Amino acid sequence: METVEEIKRREGEVHHGDYSEHAHDDHHGNFWTTYVFSQDHKMIGKQFLITGIFWAIIGGALSILFRLQLGFPDMDLTWLQPILGEWIVDGKLDQEFYLALVTMHGTIMVFFVLTAGLSGTFSNYLIPLQIGARDMASGFMNMLSYWFFFASGVVMFISLFLDTGPAGGGWTVYPPLSALPQAISGSGMGMTLWLVSMSLFIVSSLLGGINYITTVINLRTKGLSFSKLPLTIWAFFITAIIGLLSFPVLFAAALLLIFDRSFGTSFYLSDIYIGGEALPNIGGSPILYQHLFWFLGHPEVYIVLLPALGITSEIISTNSRKPIFGYKAMILSMVAIAFLSFIVWAHHMFVSGMNPFLGSIFMLLTLIIAVPSGVKVFNYLTTLWKGNIRFTPAMLFSIGLVSFFISGGLTGIFLGNSAIDITLHDTYFVVAHFHLVMGSASFFGLLAGVYHWFPKMFGRMMDERLGYVHFWLTFVGVYFVFFPLHYIGIAGFPRRYYSFTSFDAFQGFADLNMFVSIAAIITFAAQFLFLFNFFYSIYRGRKAPQNPWDSNTLEWTADKGSVHGNWSGDLPTVYRWPYDYSKPGSESDFIPQTVPYSETPESNLPEENMLVKLESEDKEGASSVVNETKV
Amino acid sequence: MFDSLIILSGILIIAILFTLFRVGTLVNVVRNRDKKPVTGSNKVNATLLALFVIGGLALFFYYSSAYYDEYTLPLASEHGIHTDRLFWWTMGVTVAAFVITHIVLIAFAYKYRYAETQKATFFPDNTKLEVIWTIIPAIVLATLIFSGLATWTDITGPAPDDAEVIEVYGFQFGWKSRYPGNDGELGGFDFRKIDAVNDMGIDFSDEAALDDFVPIEMHVPKGKAVELKIRAKDVIHSVFIPHFRAQMNAVPGMPTRFWFTATKTTEEMRAELDNPEFNYELVCNKICGKAHFAMRYVIVVDEPEDYEKWKAEQTAWLKNNPDYLSKLPSELKELAMLKSGISE
Repeated sequence: METVEEIKRREGEVHHGDYSEHAHDDHHGNFWTTYVFSQDHKMIGKQFLITGIFWAIIGGALSILFRLQLGFPDMDLTWLQPILGEWIVDGKLDQEFYLALVTMHGTIMVFFVLTAGLSGTFSNYLIPLQIGARDMASGFMNMLSYWFFFASGVVMFISLFLDTGPAGGGWTVYPPLSALPQAISGSGMGMTLWLVSMSLFIVSSLLGGINYITTVINLRTKGLSFSKLPLTIWAFFITAIIGLLSFPVLFAAALLLIFDRSFGTSFYLSDIYIGGEALPNIGGSPILYQHLFWFLGHPEVYIVLLPALGITSEIISTNSRKPIFGYKAMILSMVAIAFLSFIVWAHHMFVSGMNPFLGSIFMLLTLIIAVPSGVKVFNYLTTLWKGNIRFTPAMLFSIGLVSFFISGGLTGIFLGNSAIDITLHDTYFVVAHFHLVMGSASFFGLLAGVYHWFPKMFGRMMDERLGYVHFWLTFVGVYFVFFPLHYIGIAGFPRRYYSFTSFDAFQGFADLNMFVSIAAIITFAAQFLFLFNFFYSIYRGRKAPQNPWDSNTLEWTADKGSVHGNWSGDLPTVYRWPYDYSKPGSESDFIPQTVPYSETPESNLPEENMLVKLESEDKEGASSVVNETKV
Repeated sequence: MFDSLIILSGILIIAILFTLFRVGTLVNVVRNRDKKPVTGSNKVNATLLALFVIGGLALFFYYSSAYYDEYTLPLASEHGIHTDRLFWWTMGVTVAAFVITHIVLIAFAYKYRYAETQKATFFPDNTKLEVIWTIIPAIVLATLIFSGLATWTDITGPAPDDAEVIEVYGFQFGWKSRYPGNDGELGGFDFRKIDAVNDMGIDFSDEAALDDFVPIEMHVPKGKAVELKIRAKDVIHSVFIPHFRAQMNAVPGMPTRFWFTATKTTEEMRAELDNPEFNYELVCNKICGKAHFAMRYVIVVDEPEDYEKWKAEQTAWLKNNPDYLSKLPSELKELAMLKSGISE
């Protein structure tokens, strides 16, 4: 079904000039339709970004609280009482609240910051701009996607203030712990709200994902075949497909958990004696939940990571002034990673008690993922080789991402090996691994994206020097926080421990834990530099030129400012791939996608000269179509 | 008073930083620096990147060798020899990859930093290169995978027939263990039989259960395979014994198992570490609630003969709880008295 507006819009593209007038009409929306219930993908992208930043501050602050406990176990925390109230008992964090903190930190960071804040922001913002579309396929669904996310955030936020605390069973919320309020107080109302919130979040993800996929398939501008798409779009496209296939399974897992909690079913519960009584549940399996959860949970890792890799590919290529090395290999490796991500989930469950033969299969499949991941790393490195590198803040964050992707990815080879995982499972080694490869790498992708596309988003530049300081504090800080955790993990320290005093084996590393906590506090504090830079530059930053990074992609040809419809005139036509940087023979070191081969005879490769003829035929064809419509 | 001073100085510092930032921005505008594609900071960043990676690698190697004894746990099981070897092989491979890629990263970043006179090389692809770096990691990984598979299959395979079978039972928040008694066979269990006395839910309608004993401390023999039969009472727990490189979840409703052979007695380990206080510890390693961090259970490894002696000294659960006899089916009572050793 096409709405009247969409039809008008389509006609606007055919009748030259009509569109600008139409776009002008759109601009007269009031405050509510422009900033709140906006259907413009650019505004929705910004809404996701600002909300993501809000959640990143909360998620980060929660981690500082439990890092205080881990690094300074004897510290008197009475000064936190005004904020935390009864969660401070005798100057100490409450033990159940500690578990709630790690649970909320994980949930918020994985879903609200790195899924919605990263994918939501850049898929929304960049897809129409980089494929030359007026907007998303359905602006209305897109708006719903944001508001479902917002509602999900409100529910989760409320859960933070419950008497019984928010969910506390770890971000994976394994039943029976998460199903039984007798087992932990967070599994009462807190867990109910967690499930409601996640259900809303899944709806949001699906609405967004369907839109991204449809838009990329249907609304690419003239000439923009799939083989000319920027890697960012490829990444968002593949991510959306992964999300569409895996989030419904999480929904199923959550739904069955809701049934078990509230309606007395036994999907996950069996043979349980708790609180002085034997529960009536028989025949359920906690392992079933783990299978369902990780069927989303593992692809989720790539939902978080692939957009960051896409953003990085674009930024590294632009700032190396070189084409991305192995464009096709980059796409193929993303497709391979996406495919494999669906058949490796049980490597999170090697010691769950599932059949060990299943463990063998999943180990085999898991380690295969290292091959396409390796290809990506080598391609990034080769892109830098013989480049002419400009270290913008975005470029530095992208290089940081590559570094984290390597160091965190390599430790995956330990954990994916089931025999080694017996010892390392659920220790701090795992914490170090995923915080580097998924947490920090994706977070750096997010920051790189913000620094790179800020001029497009807000029409002004961010301050570079603050960006550099921010980068260095964060880059060094992240390594100082997460690298030491490997040692602590090899020593066997279990994660999600309130304190290590109960065990003789875990008496060491008090000093290292303190060091990690201090590094975490500094890294967290450094993010406020970014926040200042971000909000200050929105209003007071230097005015941005049309194409500040000398980039090839389409968004830099779009109108400056927030024109609903992106291009006030015709949509641009694409003639070439997005990576014609430093092409031999060319005067300039970049040739935007909109420049036809006929205008660059000096730099065309032999096969491209053949295309020149096609281009002129195309133009004639196009004009005849226009004439026909007019008739 | 003191608080307000801190707040005031905080505000002052922020104000000073902000002023510096404004001055810097204005100077840049005056010098027209913003118009160039790159500034002097390009070289600074390239250099810092190189210094950070070199310094970081140095720190990494220093710490890893200087603190080796602190972050590695002494090993006390047979299969652990294989998993540890796999671990260090993998470490060798990954550290090599880590160092090489990072050196390459900073070398390229530093060498090819922006220069006005320089033009980047148009190098969009090279099939040969890409095939090479797909195949080499694939071969290395295949090696790791197959040695891992073999080890995993051995560890998770069936325990030897003569293995000591011991039940380990996790609950909020602690552990218990149960031994088969003289008949060498663990009795059944049923969570509906749990009550204040029979807190493991031992099913005494099963004859094999009558002589089972539940000791205070868990003992295992050195040099003999031990098969743990693992259960949980309420939520998921995880049996993690770091020194044995052993780990398996305890799942309500789904008994699990893990077998291993201890190689050093507690006494031997105490001597080796020169720590008379040393004990093998069983650690809960799956989030299970408030006191998750305190679910400790001591495991004593004995010489085989000491172990047999210790076993002989234990008394059956029923003998310790003779009142429970009244709950047994009447036809079993006589047998129970006999097997549990209540009547000699």
